[in-house]
Amino acid sequence: MDLSTPYLGLALDSCLVPSASPMTHSIDMAKELEDAGAGAIIMHSLFEEAITAEEEGMVRFLHHQETGFGEAESFLPAYQDFENALDLYLDNLRRLKEALGIPVIASLNGVTRGGWIEHGRELQEAGADALELNVYYIAADPELTSEEVEERYLNLLHDLREHINIPINMKLSPNFSSLANMVKRLDAAGAAGVSLFNRFYQPDINIDSLRTQPSLHPSTSAETLLRMHWIAILYGRGGLSLGATGGVHTAEDAIKLLLAGADVVHLCSALLERGPAYLTKVRNGIEAWMEEKGFESVEEFRGRVSQLHVPDPTEFERANYVRILDSYSFGPGVLA
Amino acid sequence: MSEEMVTLDGNEAAAYVAHLTNEVIAIYPITPASPMGEWADEWSSLGKRNLWGTVPDVIEMQSEGGAAGAVHGALQAGSLTTSFTASQGLLLMIPDMYKVAGELTPTVLHVAARSIAAQALSIFGDHTDVMTCRPTGYAMLASNSVQEVMDFALIAQAATLEARVPILHFFDGFRTSHEINKIARLSAETMRAMIDEAHVTAHRQRGLNPDQPVLRGSSQNPDVYFQGRETVNPYYQRMPDIVQQAMDRFGKLTGRSYSLFEYVGPCDAERIIVLMGSGCGAAEETVEHLSARGEKVGMIKVRLYRPFDARRLVEALPETTQKIAVLDRTKEPGADGEPLYKDVLGAVAQAFSDGRLARMPRVVGGRYGLSSKEFTPGMVKGVFDELNQSHPKNPFTVGIIDDVTHTSLQWDPAFQVDASEGVTACVFYGLGSDGTVSANKNSIKIIGGETDNYAQGYFQYDSKKAGAVTVSHLRFGPKPIRSTYLIRDGKASFVACHQPIFIGRYDMLNKAAPGAVFLLNSQTPPERVWNDLPRDMQQQIIDKGLDFYVIDAYGIADRTGMGRRINTIMQTCFFAISGILPREEAIAKIKEAVKKTYGRKGKRLLERNYAAIDAAIDGLHKVEVPNEVTSRFERPPVVPDTAPPFVREVTATLIAGKGDSLPVSRIPADGTWPLGTAAWEKRNIALKIPHWDPKLCTHCGKCPMVCPHAAIRSKVFPETLTRDAPESFMHVQVRGKDFGEGLHISYQVAPDDCTGCGLCVEVCPIRDKKNPKRKAVNMTDDRTFHDEQRAAWAFFHDLPEYDRQHLEPTKIKHAMVMKPLFEFSGACVGCGETPYIKLATQLFGDRMIIANATGCSSIYGGNLPTTPYTVDPEGRGPAWNNSLFEDNAEFGLGIRVAIDKQTQHARELLEALRGRIGDDALVDGLLNADQHGEAGIHEQRERVKTLKARLTAIDDREARSLEAVADHLVRRSVWAIGGDGWAYDIGYGGLDHVLASGRNINILVLDTEVYSNTGGQTSKATPLGAVAKFSAGGKPTPKKDLGMMAMAYENVYVAHVAFGAKDVQTLRTFIEAESYDGPSLIIAYSPCIAHGVDLSNNLRQQDLAVNSGHWPLFRYDPRKIEKGENPLHVDSKAPTVPYRDFISTETRFSVLQRTHPDAAERFLQQAQKQVKTRFHLYEQLAHLAVQHAPEPPEK
Repeated sequence: MDLSTPYLGLALDSCLVPSASPMTHSIDMAKELEDAGAGAIIMHSLFEEAITAEEEGMVRFLHHQETGFGEAESFLPAYQDFENALDLYLDNLRRLKEALGIPVIASLNGVTRGGWIEHGRELQEAGADALELNVYYIAADPELTSEEVEERYLNLLHDLREHINIPINMKLSPNFSSLANMVKRLDAAGAAGVSLFNRFYQPDINIDSLRTQPSLHPSTSAETLLRMHWIAILYGRGGLSLGATGGVHTAEDAIKLLLAGADVVHLCSALLERGPAYLTKVRNGIEAWMEEKGFESVEEFRGRVSQLHVPDPTEFERANYVRILDSYSFGPGVLA
Repeated sequence: MSEEMVTLDGNEAAAYVAHLTNEVIAIYPITPASPMGEWADEWSSLGKRNLWGTVPDVIEMQSEGGAAGAVHGALQAGSLTTSFTASQGLLLMIPDMYKVAGELTPTVLHVAARSIAAQALSIFGDHTDVMTCRPTGYAMLASNSVQEVMDFALIAQAATLEARVPILHFFDGFRTSHEINKIARLSAETMRAMIDEAHVTAHRQRGLNPDQPVLRGSSQNPDVYFQGRETVNPYYQRMPDIVQQAMDRFGKLTGRSYSLFEYVGPCDAERIIVLMGSGCGAAEETVEHLSARGEKVGMIKVRLYRPFDARRLVEALPETTQKIAVLDRTKEPGADGEPLYKDVLGAVAQAFSDGRLARMPRVVGGRYGLSSKEFTPGMVKGVFDELNQSHPKNPFTVGIIDDVTHTSLQWDPAFQVDASEGVTACVFYGLGSDGTVSANKNSIKIIGGETDNYAQGYFQYDSKKAGAVTVSHLRFGPKPIRSTYLIRDGKASFVACHQPIFIGRYDMLNKAAPGAVFLLNSQTPPERVWNDLPRDMQQQIIDKGLDFYVIDAYGIADRTGMGRRINTIMQTCFFAISGILPREEAIAKIKEAVKKTYGRKGKRLLERNYAAIDAAIDGLHKVEVPNEVTSRFERPPVVPDTAPPFVREVTATLIAGKGDSLPVSRIPADGTWPLGTAAWEKRNIALKIPHWDPKLCTHCGKCPMVCPHAAIRSKVFPETLTRDAPESFMHVQVRGKDFGEGLHISYQVAPDDCTGCGLCVEVCPIRDKKNPKRKAVNMTDDRTFHDEQRAAWAFFHDLPEYDRQHLEPTKIKHAMVMKPLFEFSGACVGCGETPYIKLATQLFGDRMIIANATGCSSIYGGNLPTTPYTVDPEGRGPAWNNSLFEDNAEFGLGIRVAIDKQTQHARELLEALRGRIGDDALVDGLLNADQHGEAGIHEQRERVKTLKARLTAIDDREARSLEAVADHLVRRSVWAIGGDGWAYDIGYGGLDHVLASGRNINILVLDTEVYSNTGGQTSKATPLGAVAKFSAGGKPTPKKDLGMMAMAYENVYVAHVAFGAKDVQTLRTFIEAESYDGPSLIIAYSPCIAHGVDLSNNLRQQDLAVNSGHWPLFRYDPRKIEKGENPLHVDSKAPTVPYRDFISTETRFSVLQRTHPDAAERFLQQAQKQVKTRFHLYEQLAHLAVQHAPEPPEK
């Protein structure tokens, strides 16, 4: 079976690509993912906040320790140089490149323009085959227009493009007024692909302390529907690679997303929960289905159920809404 | 040989040579020598090799005595070995120094010479310490400048190896150790050329070696010891020649020639000054200036002081010499002259009596420059002028006004020398935290490195740790700069005030030369800033025709994301205005320096700094100076007129930075100073202060408990007393049943004493239900509120104290109503130590005697200008003394023994006088009083008062004796307080002895887990894996468990406390410990800025330390054993927070993840395991059944 796929201008042997997760901290685990059939690997994210927090710490506690007190001009040893979050990330990237035969995609996660974006070049120099830019942005300011939010994405892409020539993939949130237009503009601004969609981690509320508390719920297969929907809409509308991310747990989930038009399917929660070897199970499931359906390659069925190819394109638009509501019935014991 | 020009300070210069020419370096921190050890440690940790290609082994010891022992051992085993020290540290080395010299062992000890603690400690420079080493057998070589420090460090190394006489190489603490100067760096080739390998091999071969065993260190008897002492004479006789030959070789290699006694001046000079050390710089400038004007004056710089080559000295004197003034930077009370004077006098007299001198010159001796007291050309001229008198004073002092024994000479403070011509002098006033010093160090490096100018920088630091003021003195010019004194009044061509708050507080413009530049950082727009200046400043600007520039550096810093850091902005303005370098070039260099600091890893920081630098040029404005003074205000008085006379006349002068003007008569003769003067020093350094909300507050008392500066207080008082209260005074009926109806409580901030740390808000448990952001106390930057609170504080302060007898001290709410007798210290913002001391003074301060080990607590506790320990309304308060660093436990024990003795004697006298007193009830009451509570103590004080009244009527020697000791019938609370450096390291032997003594002494260890006061060096309290100075790769061994060691005695009360984690446990521990009639050891977790954590998180860090198991809370009370209970009670729960989560919040741990990630992970795993194991062990011990061994059967 041929699961190969073009992605971000790279030729991948497999359309299954583990998404950014802590798994890539370990070279051994990354190797296991490759052995299990991953087509490429996306590294854990290098966070803007990690870099800036470290910079602040450096300034406050290492570079500017002086107090003006006569007996102590400083309190911690003055290191000439040391590894920061970026060094550790680059080191990790280099070791992944050495250990793996599949492409390694680095991941930058941040929201503001500034010096940190220049680190893209160092990621490129360290051997990254492509770069994913995750703009994990919560537009909470009521004064901020959707136009400005979109500009932020485009500006960051623009800035990054200035520094590197490897392909750039934009990881997006679903919260755009006009996603299709946004994707089109990103295409025009030089992106090589988009991944749909980011999962935002919403804070929970602790009813004992009356405070918020962090929460992290693994995804579920139900979340693939949103991805499937938009990939199906975007498929064939431009030159961008399409990655489906969020909620892929089974071979069935992956097949659906490929049918919708995804070039690659990303896995995260499923692998974190069940280990890297689970990727083989998904891969086997896809192959079994392809065999059953008589497909030799992914290429043969990708986008078969996209908006472009379905007999009734309105199935992906508002008309579908009416039909779903009509078919909904309340569970037992619930008063209608 | 070509030499690179570098800009560095004296300590770095010494350490540079020491590290390259040694292989074992034993170190211990002490100001001002610590940086030498720090450099050596850093270079070794970076793998820097010495001349022989090996990385020197740098080992930190537990004291200087320990370092000296290690040096002696390493030398005896044949290694090239050195150490660095100063002051008290040098004194601790003396016993080993006799041994090292007695065994003819080559080594160099580098000393940043410093005062010795006598009537007071001083960290500053003079020769008192090195003079105590004269009889040890060490040769003594004095460096006068930074260049000489580097040169003599090598000359000393070469000479000692050849001569086998060890050398004490010294230079003046701070003036030379901390002065930055542009000098030539010695090359490795020069060093190799100077050191004869044959001597190195000979030293190795003398090392103890079982293959050729010998015995050294024997005990000798009257038959041979004396002869043995005389065996070394030839070595000492050869030494001056060897040193001179080394200097000559050095001169050929480098072009810098030196001699043992170096004469400067015309060959026909008649009046000669002899001195050594940095003062030579000022003297040389003066000699050149005066001799150029025809005065027959000269000077001799003494380089090799021991062995003292009297013949060479006399030969160095011009034949025309008529009068000699010998200047000593030391004092020997009771001697008829200081050491150098006596040596010179002896040399001259000997030469005269031998006939080598035709006539005997008049020789006088004087003291100057003690504790870095300024020594200026004006003073040197004063000495020469005195020599013109027919009967010059002898002995004399210069630099002070001695109105007691009238030793001091007159001098002209305005006298200037030619050397200052062509030199640009700049003075900068800044805060310690605003980066002024680092920016200026950087400017010197730029000027020194990028221009042909020579450059010099000297920095005046503060003894305060919060809101410290720094004054930077920069000089540069075409010739080497030897001006070893501060920039004089009227000589600065550039004066910068980096903090608007200094306006009106310090005389800055008196430094300005006519036509100079005055640069002010102010947020007031240029068109209005003129009237921000007090009248006298305006007048000075007009009179001197100053160019006045203003920049809103804080505004620019804020806009460019620099926060409160204004250093690069002000530095840019300095270069832009001064024109030392072309503006563009200067900016490029500043940016280069910024880039070097942050490198590629701080791109955002780089951008911010660049933006700030660029904005600085645009934001710099020249102010149009009017022709007349228009300001409506005068400089405010330093302290109000209501202050006591001593505070007005002495303390205020010190606060104003004019202590130099105080005559001898105004200084207490025996080091005794009044308490409570910190309250008069209104520093007003907080940007935000707490605002109490009486409606929300539940009166828990937590905010005063955690306040490091006692700047938020609670007081309970009848509402009726508030009739005349100012409107801004807030108060409310006390909640709950503890206090009666009509009693009000107030939580009041002292607005000008608060440092704005915010811990009071952090600890406040009450939130407004409607607006959870609001607490019962909130920080505010409202200046109107701040100003109004002054009156409120004054009113609060004057309200009567609540009667202590009616308080329940085990409750925080009650204990915090007690007046703190430790307030407004100079401790760091958010200090983790001071709340413990404050608590002790609240509970026991009125009967407390404190022995305080040297360290942070002795500095914020007793460093002038002001004293934070204070008194209650009856005038009682903690009596405090700092003996030394190493002896504090013993010092405290001595106090305890003395008090016990006097109490016992009072009791004996009571019995003896019982009949004559004629009041058995009174005598029995005094003898049998239960003084465990406030009421009992109050009653006993009343009885003592009655007793004293009765005694006046008894005309008897015993009655007089009882009068003198009767106060000791009231229970005294004796405390030994200090840090972990004292308790775990240097003072551990004494601490252990005191614990074993069984005497009633309370020991409070403020455990910051490093030597905080000297800048964060490793102690045995430093935890596993923490980075500290001397442990750049993380401390590889675990923290010593002092508590467990003390518990082994079984009769010691031992506790671990952390007020930020469990305040009630802390409170109860203090009360239990004090009530225990035996030794008590409280080990108090004290977050410190040295942990690399913002101290606004002080309480969170304590919580994390406890919950991660890093700092388990427990109390071990031996009294429980007698009750058949287990004495150990663990007060904290099993660790719930992963150790990783604790250490990731502190830079001291987290930086290791970046520098040595593998080691960091290994340490973390080890530490995690260890904290769990330790907690388990404590838990098991706490649950052991107490079993008494069965009594032996009676026979």
